[in-house]
Amino acid sequence: MSAISGGLPAADTPIARKESVRTSLWALALRRLLQNKLAMAGGIVVALMFAICFIGPLFSPYTDNKIHMALMNKPPNWKHWLGTDALGRDVLTRVMQAGRISLTVGLASMVLSVFLGSLLGAIAGYYRGIADQIIMRIGDLLLTVPSLPLLFILGALLSEWKVPPEDRMYIVMLLLSFVNWPGIARMVRGEVLSLREREFMQAATVLGLSARRKLFRHLLPNLVPLLIVIASLNIGGAVLSESVLSFFGLGVMPPTPTWGNMIDAANNLIDFQQRPWLWIPPGFCIFATVIAVNLFGDGLRDVLDPKQKR
Amino acid sequence: MSEPLLDIRRLKKYFPIKSGLLNRTVGQVKAVDDISITIRPGETFGLVGESGSGKSTVGRTAIRLTDKTEGEVAFKGVDLYALPPQELRKLRPKLQLIFQDPYSSLNPRVRVGDAIGEALLEHGLASKDEVRDRVLDVLSLCGLSSYHIDRFPHEFSGGQRQRIGIARALVLNPELIVADEPVSALDVSIQAQIINLFRRLQETNGLTYLFISHDLSVVEHLCSRVGVMYLGSMAETASRDDLFREPLHPYTKALLSAVPIPIPKLKRERIVLKGDIPNPANPPSGCKFHTRCPFAVARCAEERPEFRHVGGERYVACHLV
Ligand SMILES: Nc1ncnc2c1ncn2[C@@H]1O[C@H](COP(=O)(O)OP(=O)(O)OP(=O)(O)O)[C@@H](O)[C@H]1O
Ligand SMILES: [Mg+2]
Repeated sequence: MSAISGGLPAADTPIARKESVRTSLWALALRRLLQNKLAMAGGIVVALMFAICFIGPLFSPYTDNKIHMALMNKPPNWKHWLGTDALGRDVLTRVMQAGRISLTVGLASMVLSVFLGSLLGAIAGYYRGIADQIIMRIGDLLLTVPSLPLLFILGALLSEWKVPPEDRMYIVMLLLSFVNWPGIARMVRGEVLSLREREFMQAATVLGLSARRKLFRHLLPNLVPLLIVIASLNIGGAVLSESVLSFFGLGVMPPTPTWGNMIDAANNLIDFQQRPWLWIPPGFCIFATVIAVNLFGDGLRDVLDPKQKR
Repeated sequence: MSEPLLDIRRLKKYFPIKSGLLNRTVGQVKAVDDISITIRPGETFGLVGESGSGKSTVGRTAIRLTDKTEGEVAFKGVDLYALPPQELRKLRPKLQLIFQDPYSSLNPRVRVGDAIGEALLEHGLASKDEVRDRVLDVLSLCGLSSYHIDRFPHEFSGGQRQRIGIARALVLNPELIVADEPVSALDVSIQAQIINLFRRLQETNGLTYLFISHDLSVVEHLCSRVGVMYLGSMAETASRDDLFREPLHPYTKALLSAVPIPIPKLKRERIVLKGDIPNPANPPSGCKFHTRCPFAVARCAEERPEFRHVGGERYVACHLV
């Protein structure tokens, strides 16, 4: 693995100069992405969602956990745009705070699972042999178990072990990455296997390039588009899984708000029928985020990775 | 006769055929089956044969791009397959390969200048200050413009890309270039330009080529000696003039008779081969060509003909010669 610790030789002064950036494959891809209306709509919604959730609470006169018994279960009004909940807390503020947590969990678990999955998948595909066998068998084992029941079991174990509620958020991130990496590793491995056999990799051998240069200059840059697509599609799934777990009380626990546990809090007939402001806003946020992320990811896939088109 | 630059002796390359759930090896494709070629410095050896006859595999095993099954390849007396990996890597610049497909042999994410120059830096053949000039020189040698240096491969036509591939090999000052059907993906007018480029480079740089092609007219134009392959074996090698004037092997005769001749008076009898190329996983017994040979006798099906010296520079594998 010493090849990797050395860093990127790509930073060497390049022979070709970079001023003609407009012509790179990246620039072409960006231009095509900008023309894809659906993907751009998705991207804008995701960006808005992030902006509102992270900046919005700063402008809110309410805090997420201040309890006002006098203001219990008020429907939307001028002071509380989305009403208040059973403890008199402002729903809008809580939805935004919950968004911070849900999006952070989604993003962080995506980063972790893409990192794990691509590292392990790339090692398996590039070095083959025993490393490949071990990594892929472990991955297969995890893939044979449907991920949702597995998450339920692990979540239940967490409750059993009395993990403090404020740490659960981090543990949920780890859990999601743990069930997500094998699928990513498998895709990355397949791509690395096919890249390895591409003629330009053979050309690199003929030129006598070092293993390190072949890996970092020729193989990995061609892997990046796939990783971007995987990453973007993965966020949606992670947000959804976190919501499901939290909805069932196995993920992030109140008082830390997430979209999932906010819906769970409204999980009774009266709230459901008569106080839709309690569950429609977080539900809409989950729905909008997942759809928007996936639209954006699909657009990226069309632009970056035409082979994968369905 | 000078010492050979590349000496391929009794080279074999078998690919396993795998099948079934357990991925068991159920047979072998004898892509290269006991082939010997000697290439002297400065000459152009043409390798011809139908698709699937194993030409590319010869080219790749000749520079140890894939592993061999048996046999030896010596480059200037050095056994390539005995070299440790680091030594081999240092020798690589001397042995270059030009690929058949100009599209897949260039990394789409590497600028032309970097693609051509990176190996120079890697092998310490040029300093960082020199390398751009070296790349510019070779670009103009190959008929490309200096502003092409900062561009990406997708901005070029097939012919231009093939020039980039040639430039990438040339910049290393190789002694041997294996050109694997370098023009077959290009249209005819571009083909002529590239072939002339090869010719010119040979005159100016004293290059040695192993030139693989299925186009006999290209080979006749460019090569000084020619080898004819059939199903992994060499049917005949001869100097270009001998081969085109008087082919000895029936397969060579058949190939040549299919080439249109510009002078109608010199009409050759047309030999039409019967049947299709046999499955390389299950080649015919004896002489591999006997199933399609118009002159085959009983012996051809039983005994594999030796690849014999028949005078001058001619070698032939046929019982009837
Ligand atoms: N990597 C491989 N694995 C298995 N079989 C292979 C491999 N490469 C080549 N072969 C087989 O070896 C035989 C010779 O192939 P090769 O590519 O050398 O032929 P060729 O003469 O170059 O043909 P063409 O003119 O089509 O390029 C074919 O039957 C082919 O199927
Ligand atoms: Mg070939």
